[in-house]
Amino acid sequence: MTRPARFLAAILMAVLIAGAPASARTIVDSAGRTVELPDTVSRVFAAGPPASILVYALKPEALLGWPRALRGEERPYIAEAYRDLPETGRLTGRGGEANLERVLALKPDLIIDFGSVRDTYADLADRVQAQTGIPYILINGRFDETAGSLRLVGEALGVAERGEALARDVEETFAALDAALGAVPEAERPRVYLARGPDGLETGMKGSINTEIIERAGGRNVAEAPGQYGLVQASPEQVILADPDTIITWDPTFFEAVWSSPVWSGITAVRQRRVYLSPTAPFGWIDRPPSLNRMMGLKWLAGLFYPELWTKDLREETRAFYRLWYHVELSDADLDTLLQWANGRAP
Amino acid sequence: MTPQRSGLAVALLVAALPLLALAALLIGPFPLSPGEALSVLWRGATGTLAEGDRAATVLLSIRLPRVAAALLVGAALAAAGACYQTLFRNPLVSPDILGVSAGAGLGAVLGIFLSLPVAAIQLMGFAGGLAAVALVGFVAAAVRTGDRTLVLVLAGVVVGALTGAATSLLKVLADPYDQLPAITFWLLGSLAGIKTEDVLPVAPVVLAGLVPLVLLRWRINVLSLGDEEARSLGIEAGRLRLAVICCATLVTASAVAIAGVVGWVGLVIPHVARMLVGPGFGLLLPVAALLGAAYMLVVDTLARTVAAAEVPLGILTAVVGAPFFLWLLARGRRAWA
Repeated sequence: MTRPARFLAAILMAVLIAGAPASARTIVDSAGRTVELPDTVSRVFAAGPPASILVYALKPEALLGWPRALRGEERPYIAEAYRDLPETGRLTGRGGEANLERVLALKPDLIIDFGSVRDTYADLADRVQAQTGIPYILINGRFDETAGSLRLVGEALGVAERGEALARDVEETFAALDAALGAVPEAERPRVYLARGPDGLETGMKGSINTEIIERAGGRNVAEAPGQYGLVQASPEQVILADPDTIITWDPTFFEAVWSSPVWSGITAVRQRRVYLSPTAPFGWIDRPPSLNRMMGLKWLAGLFYPELWTKDLREETRAFYRLWYHVELSDADLDTLLQWANGRAP
Repeated sequence: MTPQRSGLAVALLVAALPLLALAALLIGPFPLSPGEALSVLWRGATGTLAEGDRAATVLLSIRLPRVAAALLVGAALAAAGACYQTLFRNPLVSPDILGVSAGAGLGAVLGIFLSLPVAAIQLMGFAGGLAAVALVGFVAAAVRTGDRTLVLVLAGVVVGALTGAATSLLKVLADPYDQLPAITFWLLGSLAGIKTEDVLPVAPVVLAGLVPLVLLRWRINVLSLGDEEARSLGIEAGRLRLAVICCATLVTASAVAIAGVVGWVGLVIPHVARMLVGPGFGLLLPVAALLGAAYMLVVDTLARTVAAAEVPLGILTAVVGAPFFLWLLARGRRAWA
């Protein structure tokens, strides 16, 4: 063979070898992209914190690392085998710091992102997939789509039964909530403000992914304006005007400060001491990040919003949730920490 | 411009400022009529304010500190801008020329990154601003060759770029769901969360910087002529320059510490002042300070009224300031000199 011919043959061989397992199966992700997957997926790179929680819940042994290494107080709430997975960084968006070479070095069978499925993200996924040759699927992170997303990823990871079981749990929780709260008229639902940031003045407008848990748990988000979504800055004046009867936060700094501040003192939620601090171990119960962790927050919020209608025991619910979703059997001490945290005593 | 017209401009400003402040106290999403405001003041004066009185909270605990902070921040930024423009004899200079804003930004972002309380974040912002300018001064003093002013400005550019890079690094490392939005909002500037406890410690510091500048304004005017001329008039240019830089840095760092990074005010307002009263620094400085205070008051009132959520100050000042600056350039009249 001449040299060019040999070169072409080598390329042809490479293409054939590389292409052989790719014919295995295809999947349509939440963005409507058709992606070819290998038969068995045993190594998954999570593009961001929401995706890492999704993969951890469904198939922890496939997770290649955490986008951000676990902090000390989070460690007891993750099964021991996965506490020390390496830090991989984020891949999503412009702020992503994961290096594509490092992604390749981890040899993932699949990259998963969980959250927005808008065109920008679909395009980014296509580009990374074309550049690395690693299949990349986008999963819808909207709260109401959770069950479908779990089934889809269960399928993709080859753990369809686990996906089905978790999806059922989601559907049962949603149905139980709707059954318990269904009769409460709109006007009698609690008016809720989500306080983010050290001064509590950052919030999510109604319809933003950060606050959809409020409506799902039967509350009304007081930060509402037609056509405005996402995180915004509010002023205390606006909070006074909206006068929420319930405030939820996960910022211990704000939670400490709110009780003694003259500015916040006139707000109904503060006067009635209905300001609640969410635990954030291993992940935030109401947001941070907006992922499957919200299923735990939902049970907590329902009990806070409707103590007469949602009478389940938080202790038992928490224990069962961490067992089913996070693969940990909580010790009484660790469970106590979480419940005290939810009562405003952050560790 | 004739002295009469300059005098008229100053008189109008001094008269308009309290009226603007009163208007700002009454405007906002929480409806508050003048009658209610008076009643709140009466109840406050007679000590009969009820616990949890919402109108009183809005007027006394939210808008009053906000108005005071807007006046302070606007005056501080505009005065510092006027000083630096005269000092460096360059119309494109703004108060952050020596890296104050960049340093304050880094300090505050570090505070948010470490999850510190708001007061500590403000203190770190203040300290960061001072530290950046101190570093610039140190570098400029170490470089013994060339034009002193040019070295100072270049050192400011370098330190500003380095602190900016450090800020970006912290943004990359910050928790994207928790700290990053807080950092972003802080870097755009806002007076939304200002409390009386934030304004009280800052006001004396701003005044401590502004008063010497006002007292020294006629001497500073001589600096715009150049060092040789200053010396021939018996003014020690080096020490005066140091004093001006220290004072301007102090007021800018204080302003940024409580309001976040608010651009364009210190660049544009001195130009408007110069259009009104001419380039003489003796009159320019007080007019710039008054104008800056009035401008900030208007911008902050807009920030809390134009949309359902607060609009960051940095966005409003840029949207208003940048086209206005272009218009100034296009008019082609020599506003400078």
